[in-house]
Amino acid sequence: MEEIKKATRESYGETLLELGKENENIVVLDADLSSATKTSLFAKEFPDRFINVGIAEQNMMGIAAGLSTFGKVPFASTFAVFAAGRAYEQIRNSIAYPKLNVKICATHAGITVGEDGATHQMIEDIGLMRGLPNMTVMSTSDDVQTKWAVREIAKINGPVYLRLCRMKTPVIYNEKDSEKFEIGKGIQIGKGTEASIIATGDTVAEAIKAKEILKGHGINVRVIDIHTIKPIDRELIVKCAKETKRIITVEDHSVINGLGAAVSDALSEEYPVKVEKMGIPDVFGRSGKAEELMRYFKIDSMAIVNKFM
Amino acid sequence: MKITNIEALERIAKEVRRGIIEEVYNAGSGHPGGSLSCADILTVLYFNQMNIDEKKTNDPNRDRLVLSKGHASPALYSVLARKGYFDKELLKTFRKIGSNLQGHPDMNKVPGVDMTTGSLGQGISTAVGMAIASKMNQAGCKVFCILGDGEIEEGQVWEACTTASKYELDNLCVIVDNNNLQIDGKIEEVGGMNNLTEKFISFGFNVLNINGHDISSIVDAITTAKQTKGKPTAIIAKTIKGKGVSFMENKAEWHGKAPKEEEYKLAMKELEA
Repeated sequence: MEEIKKATRESYGETLLELGKENENIVVLDADLSSATKTSLFAKEFPDRFINVGIAEQNMMGIAAGLSTFGKVPFASTFAVFAAGRAYEQIRNSIAYPKLNVKICATHAGITVGEDGATHQMIEDIGLMRGLPNMTVMSTSDDVQTKWAVREIAKINGPVYLRLCRMKTPVIYNEKDSEKFEIGKGIQIGKGTEASIIATGDTVAEAIKAKEILKGHGINVRVIDIHTIKPIDRELIVKCAKETKRIITVEDHSVINGLGAAVSDALSEEYPVKVEKMGIPDVFGRSGKAEELMRYFKIDSMAIVNKFM
Repeated sequence: MKITNIEALERIAKEVRRGIIEEVYNAGSGHPGGSLSCADILTVLYFNQMNIDEKKTNDPNRDRLVLSKGHASPALYSVLARKGYFDKELLKTFRKIGSNLQGHPDMNKVPGVDMTTGSLGQGISTAVGMAIASKMNQAGCKVFCILGDGEIEEGQVWEACTTASKYELDNLCVIVDNNNLQIDGKIEEVGGMNNLTEKFISFGFNVLNINGHDISSIVDAITTAKQTKGKPTAIIAKTIKGKGVSFMENKAEWHGKAPKEEEYKLAMKELEA
């Protein structure tokens, strides 16, 4: 069967358009990247509810905050490096601290941005955002989950950071699966006991691929898809630590302060075990094709398989 | 209830200044200089100009005030207390543990505070967002934003001005508290921000220059701003840092320190009705 691939930013843009039709309070902001973040779909249909601030991300976050105080539900989008990075303090002081209902949907996260290189490859955003009180942090793995998440976060009253990717990734779930999704609850795929491969965003599909390859070698692992980094599903993580021999985290993010750190935090307090963190070591990214970079930084399926060989 | 008598407004402004000194003295810290410089502006806004009701703090159609220079919180709190948003006794708890009167204004803790501010340059963007939302909702409410003249050294301020002009936000009025001092000294020597009138005009604003301590000038300027169509207004209010307390006037050192007991008594005596 041919693998269907789609970038989560595409799923985001399509869902925003649908939400726009259903809820007139949805407003969308962008900073001159609407064709890349896919907010252009919404902009075309609802020009009066679309605010393009130009290349001014700090201003965009403040405007989103102001809009929310009037009952609007602002979705503010730009690349992750400019959202969580450049506008960090605006998010902190104008959105997170006053607990305003702003949805920050950041695309082009991680090294899979590819050819643009290190300046545009945001590998610290999970750390920055999960450190903020009041902030819900999500990182979705495929088309179905992203569509579900965009709808869910519109229902929450409070700030959310949703991490999305540029590159096309395999569609993992079918629509019926999303009925069981819940913010703050991880998804367990398989029941293998050799290891729990805990992944988020674009590494979930890699983990699933690795799981299938390992199965062929008689090694049964399970995959845990953590779409909500904060609040993290501590219960599921502890359960997996108890049921499986190894805990391995894989993320398209720095090994510092990301998914691996969040998993380690959860385990160290309740059920301390060794956590093997796969991610970008303490270095900046570099140019290359997304797939090449995943291989280079050892966050692809082969790197996961090699952990067992 | 709107107060239109100029002398009555001047009396209130003096009370507001007494409140500022009491707050900062009791707290043992805070920002008296920049609070005293915008006391007249805030008094006119809350007692004469803004369409607000202290009993309906969540009225969606009320006018909004964003104190972008959030360190002038003593002035805002003093005005809000006198307007009846909360008990004046609370002013004594300013900056103290357990108090809702935080060092910088928190919209979730203090009735009447429309936006959490304190990090300079950020408030004006939130005011722009409010003004856009007001137009979207056809709420007809006005949004006022008080900026410090040191604060406008932040680049975000000019990003916000660009958007305000793009969306022709004639329901937005920013007021620059132009006291010409920032923490490290004179504006022209520290950050070098200059030519405010030309800058705001070139950013698409209607600009009014006034004496920021002359109550009737403030009333007139804000009235003009409200009637201006098609563009936002910037009122550049020439002010004196520490205004009303002789030994604090025009002294950068009074940006962020509290008076000692003797100084407090002297200041309160100068501010007697």
